[in-house]
Amino acid sequence: MTVILGDLAVLGPAGPMVEPISAEIAPGATLALIGESGSGKTLTAKSIVGLLPRGFRATGTVSVAGQAIPVGSAGDDAAWRRVRGRSVSLLLQDPFTSLTPVHRCGDQIAWTIEGAQGRRLPRGARRAAVEERLAEVNLPARVADAFPHELSGGMRQRVAIAAALASDPQLLIADEPTTALDASNQAEILDLLRRIQEERRLSVILISHDLGVVRGRTDDVLVMRDGRVVERGATAAVLAAPAHPYTRALIEADPVVAARSGARLSAEEDASGDRAPLLACEDVTKAFGARTVLDAVDLSIAPGAIVGIVGESGSGKSTLARCIAGLEREDAGSIVLEGEALAPGRGSRTPDQMQIVFQDPYSSLNPMMSIGAILAEALGVAGRASSEVPGMLEMVGLPAEFARKRPAELSGGQRQRVAIARALAPQPRLLICDESVSALDVSVQADILALLARLREELGIAILFISHDLAVVRMIADAVTVMWDGRVVETGPCHEVLEHPAHEYTRLLVAAAMRENAVPADGKD
Amino acid sequence: MVAVRVLGVLGVLFVLSIVVFAMMYLAPGDIVKNLLGNRPANPDVVAAVRAQYRLDDPVVVQYLSWLRGFLTGDLGTSIRLQQPVADAIGDRVGITAALCLLAFVVSVAVAVPLGVRSAVKAGGWIDRTGNALSILGLSAPTFAVGLLLLYVFAYYLPILPVYGGGDGGVDTLRHLVLPAVTLALGLGAIIVKLTRTAMLRELESDYVTFARSRGLGEGLVRRLALRNAAIPIVTGASLVLTFLVGGTVLAETTYALPGLGTLLQDSVLFKDIAVVQSLTLLVAVVIAAIALVADLAYILLDPRVRRQMGAAA
Repeated sequence: MTVILGDLAVLGPAGPMVEPISAEIAPGATLALIGESGSGKTLTAKSIVGLLPRGFRATGTVSVAGQAIPVGSAGDDAAWRRVRGRSVSLLLQDPFTSLTPVHRCGDQIAWTIEGAQGRRLPRGARRAAVEERLAEVNLPARVADAFPHELSGGMRQRVAIAAALASDPQLLIADEPTTALDASNQAEILDLLRRIQEERRLSVILISHDLGVVRGRTDDVLVMRDGRVVERGATAAVLAAPAHPYTRALIEADPVVAARSGARLSAEEDASGDRAPLLACEDVTKAFGARTVLDAVDLSIAPGAIVGIVGESGSGKSTLARCIAGLEREDAGSIVLEGEALAPGRGSRTPDQMQIVFQDPYSSLNPMMSIGAILAEALGVAGRASSEVPGMLEMVGLPAEFARKRPAELSGGQRQRVAIARALAPQPRLLICDESVSALDVSVQADILALLARLREELGIAILFISHDLAVVRMIADAVTVMWDGRVVETGPCHEVLEHPAHEYTRLLVAAAMRENAVPADGKD
Repeated sequence: MVAVRVLGVLGVLFVLSIVVFAMMYLAPGDIVKNLLGNRPANPDVVAAVRAQYRLDDPVVVQYLSWLRGFLTGDLGTSIRLQQPVADAIGDRVGITAALCLLAFVVSVAVAVPLGVRSAVKAGGWIDRTGNALSILGLSAPTFAVGLLLLYVFAYYLPILPVYGGGDGGVDTLRHLVLPAVTLALGLGAIIVKLTRTAMLRELESDYVTFARSRGLGEGLVRRLALRNAAIPIVTGASLVLTFLVGGTVLAETTYALPGLGTLLQDSVLFKDIAVVQSLTLLVAVVIAAIALVADLAYILLDPRVRRQMGAAA
């Protein structure tokens, strides 16, 4: 029943992409593949299910419980059909795109449920089998009749897990299965996977850029970089005593490690102060149709302070940021910047008041413009000369020759630096970062956080930092506001909120930040 | 939501009806002369026409009485054919409807599978042939294709009739084959392109990767992708269907089919205002109906839109 990888390697059009990897995974055991984007971990996963992109091919051997996987013959559909689903399944990162939107969840699970000798089950038996699979992932039977868009992210990922396991594979490859989810859902999904795996004696390859995900939940770990395994061993041993400097750097960058040790990227400043606040929001209220997304929210930011807002998707934190920036119009309440009340909407804002950096650096930069042109445009809005472009690049830690490049040539972290430089071009007094590091690898995330902390020191700029992950927020924020269901449930200096969380939801977030298993495995979404 | 959409369509048709009514006044020349056509203009006849069209009443009253006539099926009298417009249209609507339907069915039946195959084996010989054919179909004018097909299949290989509408039944169908193929070529070209683009995008998506990795057969995977691609395809197909309604004029003229297209052409040449007005409004109603059906199909095909509809209702 063991899974054996023998010198599994991936060749791309431009040469080797993944150097040969050998490993063994016992039934019920989990192998973690850790590395940042470009390390080859996803290519490795795709080579095991025969879904490498055009121009790539795999060499080596993989066997699952004695069944050979035809890794070398990418085009042989008949051979792959015998193993896909039955020997190995692949679970993808994003539950919002991995299920088809126009088919009911029950059908999507049922497609790979077969009776004896591969016959189709009669309708009633199929329905019963689907409900059994749903129960395995702690979902009620009614989910079978729901469309994916009617479910929350966590529930969708459970449907995807049920679908991936419907054909009873022996090996499950989970490619960043929780990266697209909120902190509280992440722990639930990982614990669920762990439980199912023990019950089924399933071998799992868990792929992640996040060491926090593998801690305590995997048996062995392979740390990959640039297509090469740089360190391997039992997970606990590697995390406790990393041998390779890259592994050490990854561990240091992990916000959970920082949360446990109390390390910060910038000294926590007293945000309460008696100075007049830079920004004061009072009773900001906003509804979309019948749904209230902001319910009388108060927020205050001192000059030069970093204030974090934490909450999961749907808590209203992004809507608040968009109201402050004038991208949404609040229905009621006041937003006061430096003593001057701002009317709702963009018309009353000037570029030097506030700027916003969005989550996705891949879509927030115009792909047709060079970096230099993007920054020159932003400088022009503020009446600054385009000769300042090299200075802006230097400020965010990029070399001046990047001005000639286009966004597609840059990595995610480099693009986010450009987005920050663009936001700083009009010299705003407030920088709003809306999940600005959430799409980045952990190590890159730490670099961007350090950049933000440095910019605050150098420019004296105030930052409103929005994230779903308290572990990230606490690395740089002076004060934290916790939002839940459109309301502020807790606010205060960072260390106080962390050490003495008053609200139950905050306690949940703190536990998730520390990766304590305080979340019940059968909790609902 | 559906009610709002229907009201919108009715609003558009109302505005159009005013424009169509105004055609009577916008046509160059004296209005009574235009309405009389080539009948001798003695005072009695002029008085009769003035009374029939209520030309002595205010314009609003004229419009309302004209609209009432249109809604109750009284479309006036054709001055060219000397028969009620309703009868003139009724005699010919069948052949045009059959032609449009046949052309649409042929183009969808050929273009959708061809588009799917082109996307699945992008760059293969089916893709390249389909691409060449659709460029031909898009760029060749309808009458040129019509003449070419006539030459090949009716003259050089005399297997299909040259002109006319046939004597009903199978004979009419035989007469409609060439004009339908002529129309379907242009229509199908657009649908091939639409299907290919939509399928390519769906086949790239995560749910296809996920489905393949779970061991779903390639046939089922393609069906899933096509079901998702159906939304843009249906929208696009309904848009080109409206072009088809205009395209029949050319096809009917080329093949001398006694349909609405030829009726419209003759009536325009003859300044037969009553017929032109009726046909224009009829085409507008048909196009509005197609657009409405496409919107309803959208609701049927996309559960996300369905939910928004449910939430708004």
